Amino acid sequence: MKCKNELLYFAFRNKKLVIGLTIFMAFLILALAGPLLTDFEPLDYTGMGSEPPTPQHIFGTTFFGQDVFSQFVYGLRSSFIVGFMGGGIATLAGLLIGFFAGYKGGFIDELLMMLTNVMMVIPTVALLIILAAYLPYRGVEIQSIIIGLTAWPWTARAVRSQTFSLKQREYVSLARITGFSSLKIILQEIMPNMMSYVFMVFILQFGGSILAAVALDFIGLGPTEGISLGLMMQNAVHWNAIQLGIWWWSIIPGLAITMIVGALYFMNTGLDEVFNPKLREM
Amino acid sequence: MSLKFKNLKVYYSTLRGDVKALDDVSLDLKDGEILGLAGESGCGKSTLSNSLILLKPPMKYIGGSVELDGAELPIYDYKKMNDFRYEKISIIPQYAMNAMNPTVKINRYISDLLAAKGMNYSEYEKELKRRMSLVGLDYSVLKMFPIELSGGMKQRMVMVIATLLNPSLLLADEITSALDVSTQKAVAKMLVEFRDRKFVKSVIFVTHDVSVLYQIADRIMIMYAGKFAELGKTEEIIHNPRHPYTKMLVGAMPEVGIKYSRTPLSGIDGQPPLLLNPPEGCRFRERCPFAFEKCLSEPPVAENDEGHLCSCWKEVK
Amino acid sequence: MLNVEGLSKIYRKGSFGKTKFNAVDNATFEIGNGEIISLIGESGSGKTTIGKMILKLSSISSGKIEFDGKDVSLLKGSEVKEYYRHVQGVFQDPFSSFNPIFKADRVFKMVKEEFFKDISASEWNGKLNSSLKKVGLNPNEVFGKFPHQLSGGQLQRLLIARALMLDVKLLVADEIISMLDASTRIDVLNLLAKLRENGLSVLFVTHDLSLGYYISDKSIILYKGVIVEMGKTEKVFQNPVHPYTRSLLEAVPRLDSKWDEIDYKYSHETREDIYIPGTTCGGFLLKEIENGHFAAVKK
Repeated sequence: MKCKNELLYFAFRNKKLVIGLTIFMAFLILALAGPLLTDFEPLDYTGMGSEPPTPQHIFGTTFFGQDVFSQFVYGLRSSFIVGFMGGGIATLAGLLIGFFAGYKGGFIDELLMMLTNVMMVIPTVALLIILAAYLPYRGVEIQSIIIGLTAWPWTARAVRSQTFSLKQREYVSLARITGFSSLKIILQEIMPNMMSYVFMVFILQFGGSILAAVALDFIGLGPTEGISLGLMMQNAVHWNAIQLGIWWWSIIPGLAITMIVGALYFMNTGLDEVFNPKLREM
Repeated sequence: MSLKFKNLKVYYSTLRGDVKALDDVSLDLKDGEILGLAGESGCGKSTLSNSLILLKPPMKYIGGSVELDGAELPIYDYKKMNDFRYEKISIIPQYAMNAMNPTVKINRYISDLLAAKGMNYSEYEKELKRRMSLVGLDYSVLKMFPIELSGGMKQRMVMVIATLLNPSLLLADEITSALDVSTQKAVAKMLVEFRDRKFVKSVIFVTHDVSVLYQIADRIMIMYAGKFAELGKTEEIIHNPRHPYTKMLVGAMPEVGIKYSRTPLSGIDGQPPLLLNPPEGCRFRERCPFAFEKCLSEPPVAENDEGHLCSCWKEVK
Repeated sequence: MLNVEGLSKIYRKGSFGKTKFNAVDNATFEIGNGEIISLIGESGSGKTTIGKMILKLSSISSGKIEFDGKDVSLLKGSEVKEYYRHVQGVFQDPFSSFNPIFKADRVFKMVKEEFFKDISASEWNGKLNSSLKKVGLNPNEVFGKFPHQLSGGQLQRLLIARALMLDVKLLVADEIISMLDASTRIDVLNLLAKLRENGLSVLFVTHDLSLGYYISDKSIILYKGVIVEMGKTEKVFQNPVHPYTRSLLEAVPRLDSKWDEIDYKYSHETREDIYIPGTTCGGFLLKEIENGHFAAVKK
């Protein structure tokens, strides 16, 4: 298929996409393989407190002597879990609701959009705080689900308008007068044209979920067990790491989050240019 | 001469190379003239009108000189052109109002536009209102948002705004194409009236619809595949065309009174060449029933009747 | 063959459909075998809506459409497919009529999938070649290409060829040449006229009076959803009764005379009982003014 080759061709020519993807993949590999590279459990007290980076503890240790590198790679893991789960749930929910509203139109559309708008005006952070505070046990998974279930509205709105415009294309009418069923039209005519869009929505939701999780962790509503990048930052601030000069404790997780989210946004703008021929650099 | 350009070349740069959209075209526009610029999509007519006011990437100036009212027009210099835009050269785009900020009322929009030129809205308010009543627009329109106006009203309002500073040259790019026939007639006639009242010195009216040009244009220029084809008085171009392309184009226009059952018309076989790597010589050669070996080289512009220019080897005596 | 009787379409606008809007108002006409009928109107006249209702792409608010004596809105399941075997459409925008991510000849595969599942490859290819030949396309030039690699004229011909694959009796052509270039549009128009000679009926929806005049046997002038004038094309164009038809004929740009010369040509007196949509109150009916020439008059 020439079409797919052309997309790949433009994808690899696009510097923004290549840079973003490289950074993202580097962190992903670190998250997957990282725990194999360290001998320490993230919460174990393994050495001297406040130790600067040494060959044994390459990212140094915390105030209490926990290995920062172990915390970092495990924290990275939970960030990616939140990204995939939270972003995935938000994308899926937004996609289904937006698609249904846009395709059916009329009363169903009005009802679903009312729900969406209500969800949109509820201050998400406040809702997250209340929900998170009332749950006795909080793990990364629960956190992801909560984030996912509150982040879908804007996706739903965007997908709805996309579907709305796609279904009015004349090729949908043509499929209908060829005798195609509604399901077949959705699967064969509309969906393929939305894939690129859905992919980009997922990337944005992924980054958004990681940031939301960090915000929750930072105000002390993170997972009750385990470690995350946000939790690391919260601990670092709580024990005055910066003032005490233990920079490796707080800078490293913050830098990683900034880089991951930045890489995702880079990928997003890059993909936009790849999928949209009008934006392809002339 | 209000506008004069010679050997103008404007290309589009793309990944695969330059598209020669406007290739070596010259024109002398007379004072007080409405010049119709016609041709099919991709013939370079819009490139020509856009390059005279807003030459920006991917458009690329290659060569040629442009003069407006005797002074050089620096179309290649985006910044310098700011002194000419709107004051000396103005444009009515096809979808003018859609480009306007929908959250700003019309009068705010006009005063912002004037302020950008260092002018004061209150000085022009009287003239603005005079012209609005001339085109049958109520003053209350000024306090409206663009979205509150109907298609015909929008087009009239844009015409008033575009000509408020009495520009020397007005570019009208397909302004009647999206309108219904009755609105189309009103807008076209209004343009003639603006010229008659000297709100604009001269007009280039770009369209694919030759029959509208027959109604309002003084002269018509036909372009084909980025090249000049023919230029002459409206009557001459419509009823006595010389270029084979013009003949076939005018001959392919159905009009009320012509029926398939009695006088079937015929179109032109084939398609215009791709302008990425256009063939040498006459670009209409492939579709031309009169083509002969000479057409393999570039045809010169011949003037066999006074003021009737035609770029075709058949005309070279 | 196709009878349209008292057809209306009411759109509801605003939240939960508070305001009503009559897009098509009580339209009655018929299309006979091998007839080309122009449906002429400006934007918002309801011409496209009528075409969509005939193609079952839009629901009917009231009235009915009958094809060979059967009520079209009552068709179910396989009957709908059978209807589409005989009634087909081509739309305004050739580029939007093709799904941009697939190759252009997919429109034929779609027809095969739905209508000719069990046909042998050689028989299918024969059919395909003959219908491409009818529309004057060379398979080598158009097959295996994406829509954006073909011209508007080629795409519209492909769509007409697609309709000809079926046993099509009526083709609804909705502004099919308004987006084509002047040098190719006349060829598509001539193609329709030639297909008519082989018995095809065409509902030619257009805003361009000259195109309507060129090709059609009968013309219907539509204004604000109402059929204001209808009849043999020559009669409607040479002896327009309704002031709206006259205003259209005065405004259409021509190549043989200028606007100023035409202005008085159609300034006959208007009949007193003429119905003008949006201005005249009460109902209307189509009255036969002369043999085969109807106009909307007050009830």
